[in-house]
Amino acid sequence: MAHSAKKKDYFPYLLLVPATLVMVAIVAYPLFETFRLSFTNTSMSQKFEYVGLANYEKIMSRRFPEVIARTFYWMGLSVALKMLIGTLGAVLLNAMVPGRALFRILVMPPWVIPIAIGVFIWGWMYNGQFGMLSGVAQRIGFLDAPFEFLAYKNSAFMATIVTDVWIGVPMVTLYLLASMQSISKDLYEAAWVDGASRFYRFRRITLPLITPSIATMALLSAIATFNSFDIIWILTEGGPRGATTTMIIDTYKTAISRFKYGEGAARTVMIVLFLGSFTLVYFMLLSRLAKRSPNNAA
Amino acid sequence: MLHKYRWYEYVLIYSGVAVFLTFVLAPFVEAFVVSLRPLSSLFSIPYRFITDDMSFEAYFTMWQNVPLLWMYMLNSFFIATVVTILGLICIIPAAYAFSRFEFPARNTLLGLFIAVNMFSGAVLIIPLFKLMQQYGLLNTYFAMIAPGTAFVIPTGIWLLRSYLVRIPKELEEAAWVDGAGKLYTLVRVIIPVALPGIVVVSITAFITAYAQQFIYALTFNSVNELNPLPVGLFQFFGRQSVVWNELMAASLVGILPVLLVYVFLQRYIVAGLTAGAVKE
Repeated sequence: MAHSAKKKDYFPYLLLVPATLVMVAIVAYPLFETFRLSFTNTSMSQKFEYVGLANYEKIMSRRFPEVIARTFYWMGLSVALKMLIGTLGAVLLNAMVPGRALFRILVMPPWVIPIAIGVFIWGWMYNGQFGMLSGVAQRIGFLDAPFEFLAYKNSAFMATIVTDVWIGVPMVTLYLLASMQSISKDLYEAAWVDGASRFYRFRRITLPLITPSIATMALLSAIATFNSFDIIWILTEGGPRGATTTMIIDTYKTAISRFKYGEGAARTVMIVLFLGSFTLVYFMLLSRLAKRSPNNAA
Repeated sequence: MLHKYRWYEYVLIYSGVAVFLTFVLAPFVEAFVVSLRPLSSLFSIPYRFITDDMSFEAYFTMWQNVPLLWMYMLNSFFIATVVTILGLICIIPAAYAFSRFEFPARNTLLGLFIAVNMFSGAVLIIPLFKLMQQYGLLNTYFAMIAPGTAFVIPTGIWLLRSYLVRIPKELEEAAWVDGAGKLYTLVRVIIPVALPGIVVVSITAFITAYAQQFIYALTFNSVNELNPLPVGLFQFFGRQSVVWNELMAASLVGILPVLLVYVFLQRYIVAGLTAGAVKE
């Protein structure tokens, strides 16, 4: 149908109408509204004024830079742990041992269930008086008194990370497992014939070939972690004394809990800038990978 | 043999898998154990996993103490189902357009859709809240359904597009030659052939929509009868004295439907998840 491609054809655009309408209404227009709000002092009442860059000056001079640094620290640690545990998990599940089909099924539940429900369970485990972690740590002599994990700055910070890792690991594991299984068996056989050891084969075949997947996954994981809300909100609401307040949490508190929509919007604009630059890196990574091996981008 | 392991390699692999799966599954086991124990024995020191007085009592008493539990589960299911259906209405034609037609700005548009995945509801919560308030949509199902729908569309388009690309073009060209309209061809030729791909997309969308209802319901809804499971149970979690055994029992009963869906359809889910890793 070469001729039909020549004449102007509106059909593909018609096909995109429903999806585009939803995106404009729920994402694009609200995003534009956020920018507009960020230059106003909008709060509960109907009246508002444009205040120029006042909101941005306010957040830059207060403790917001600290929140940004904490967000990146929280994200970096969480993503590093997810990638480490996920890669190890994928290597283990890739081993051709009896029971592997079952193991693969058992990895998924933390990802399948509603995030909030998983966090309730962790909330119990972190409970200081009677929770499992404190109890077990006392039993094996690690602690000599009950410890309230969510009541202290450092332990609350780590506790929220552990829960975030728990929810993120299944995805990383299965994605890297799929990537490992797409590697041609011939490569391994050739190396085996040449007498290469299992570890050598892993280091020289598996690892280089899954590195692009690890990079892709790390970036996607960073974006998801940056956006994380449920875990921190349910466990600590950003506390104790702000120890787990990330940019998303800080924004939510400012806007929804304290009704300062203008200041919240300015924070959101900062978040959008960060996420935008992650996205740019992601697309650059994808196009570089596509150039290297056109058949297996991402 | 290539895949023959020595005994110590077996030991290494299985102990590694055991540690890994313990991390993943221990919370579920702990939740189950807690749900079986009376509150009084839960609050005893030193900590014990197993006690003599375990029973399923909490599974019966929770219906009195969490009277709306059924409603929460139904609401969660309802919201996720509607999100999936609305999502499919947007996803199927869009994925078809991206997989089959050449048009200017195609790749840019696809990139824009994918970029939406980088945001979450949490980022847009302020303007969405204001808009919902303005149009009187707070405290309705719609307020919880609409944002969920927007965020299942990009992954869905990406997944289904990669499936549609593999369907031979001759199929619809034959239909066009026979005089079938383009929309007719999509509905009667492409959709039936693409059904396995559509199933994967639906399941992925459903699970995402089921898992991510918390922030919308927390922010946009204050009518308890409309609450989905996560927010419904959150009220009990937030109290001074949490009735832990009932909370755990209710949580486990609440996630049972998705776990069952997962066990039966896990092949599709893993396929969708790994192919569509545009999003975690």
